[in-house]
Amino acid sequence: MNTLLSRHLRFALAALAILVAGSAFAQTPAAAPAAPAPTSDERIAALEAYVNNTDPGKSLTGVAGPGHNAWMMTSAALVLFMTLPGLALFYGGLVRKKNVLSVLAQCLGITGLVTILWWAFGYSLVFGTSFGSAFFGGSEFFFLKDVTSAPNTNYAYWVSHNVFAMYQMMFAIITPALIVGAIAERMKFSAILLFVALWMVVVYFPLAHMVWGVNGLMNGVWNGDAKIPAIDFAGGTVVHMSSGWSALILCMILGPRLGFGKEKMAPHSMVLCMVGTGMLWVGWYGFNAGSAVAADGVAANAFMTTTLATAVAAFTWGMIEKIFRGHASILGFCSGAVAGLVVITPATGFVNSTGAIIIGVVAAVIPYIFVTKVKGMFGYDDALDTFGVHAVGGTLGAFLTGVLATASVNSNLTGAPAVKNGLAGLVTNGGLWMAQLKAIGLTLVLSIVGTLILAYIVKAVVGLRPTADVESQGLDINEHGEEGYIY
Amino acid sequence: MKLVTAIIKPFKLEAVKEALTAIGVEGMTVTEVKGFGRQKGHTEIYRGSEYTVDFLPKAKIEIAVTDDMKEKVISAIANAAKTGKIGDGKIFVTPLEEVIRIRTEEHGDAAV
Repeated sequence: MNTLLSRHLRFALAALAILVAGSAFAQTPAAAPAAPAPTSDERIAALEAYVNNTDPGKSLTGVAGPGHNAWMMTSAALVLFMTLPGLALFYGGLVRKKNVLSVLAQCLGITGLVTILWWAFGYSLVFGTSFGSAFFGGSEFFFLKDVTSAPNTNYAYWVSHNVFAMYQMMFAIITPALIVGAIAERMKFSAILLFVALWMVVVYFPLAHMVWGVNGLMNGVWNGDAKIPAIDFAGGTVVHMSSGWSALILCMILGPRLGFGKEKMAPHSMVLCMVGTGMLWVGWYGFNAGSAVAADGVAANAFMTTTLATAVAAFTWGMIEKIFRGHASILGFCSGAVAGLVVITPATGFVNSTGAIIIGVVAAVIPYIFVTKVKGMFGYDDALDTFGVHAVGGTLGAFLTGVLATASVNSNLTGAPAVKNGLAGLVTNGGLWMAQLKAIGLTLVLSIVGTLILAYIVKAVVGLRPTADVESQGLDINEHGEEGYIY
Repeated sequence: MKLVTAIIKPFKLEAVKEALTAIGVEGMTVTEVKGFGRQKGHTEIYRGSEYTVDFLPKAKIEIAVTDDMKEKVISAIANAAKTGKIGDGKIFVTPLEEVIRIRTEEHGDAAV
């Protein structure tokens, strides 16, 4: 109740301050009512701050910077493009013809569902602070209350709060959509939606707050009080590890597809798969370079490292196939590209070009071994290799970030909060990988335990699998009343 | 009258059609089919999963001919479709009891 009261009080004070300040020209900070008009020096300093992506100070406060805002709106659209239709086509091409629409429907359904959750409470639970907790955000932004075009300076000095909220929502959408790959062709639509709704609340929202929330447990760069001073630039743990490990658990509880290992389950369209991969790659620039939450030098570095790692991984995977199997396949190139994108994700804003090349090679070799050898040894039916690519790649990326991160490309690694929580020391003197391992461990536990519990709840409430008849006829005509291809 | 059914490699369809029209064949029916003979199939690998594809795509041509045209048609198809490699296909000839042209209701050789 105390926090709630003080929150209301703060809100009332802020509202009062805005009233007192009066004219729109003044743009006075909420805490300093009736401040004098900014001096010329202060106005120049604010413009420099816009260029340098730093605190505007006394002038231009509460105003979004056009360049930064433009890049973040573009990035938000790019990240949505990764799911619709990038991931949908990438996965859709890999399933059998009778289930292509089920994958598209799952991606569309998740997009709508997560948007509603994000509006109602998701954004607030991740990026709010009113609970004063390292694990959950707050309630101050429920129903996107007070999320306006003015920047939320906890996260960005120059990006509109509403743009930031929409940008982050696109991450919340693609993460559960990634899980679809492991359970493709055999899970009830209603069960997927119920699982995703619960999973967002139990796994994603707390994890995203821990990693990216300004007072989050593992936010080494921005939270001076972070207990685990780890780093994750664009979501190696939050997006790829969480979805990938959850996908493994869910696909094991679900069991293999009917006829797995006996019937031919080859992809029905490598063309769609390649089109989707290209969209993922392009969209990923919004995901990685956009995660700088500014059009600044860190974003520029992320743009470069994303390109290098992805191209190297795609090429390496294709060449491994050419050497060991005789054919460089489209699926090989596509898998390599996605693996490269996944592994560079947590590192993209923290490593230099050499680091990106190393990551590109490792991103091809290790996931290749997992999807071609390890999966066969254990026999789980990770239909489209969400585990082999996203869980393995995400874990690998989180660890390699700890080894390869350098403050020379991102001075935030030695900024004031990082000095306070010890991150700066770890980056300078080595040992960051230990903090990364702790973050990996926590992500694993939350994803695995959360998914275990939720999967059995969903199983008890609506059941996980369609009937055998429905599954063998295909989910498209039975669950969605449509066919993908009518000749 | 005979029904000549030829299973050929799909990329030879155009050559076969031209050879047949050159000897005066005025119509044919073509179907995309799948099957295998001694050529067998091939193996496809998608990441860790290997699948043997037994049925290969082939083109099936059906032509109704008068008895005197039979040999010319057979040799035209065989010459045009031959690559000399395994998997060139087969020609089946079956007796045809009756042929009717729907528009005129002509029967027999006149309808072929």
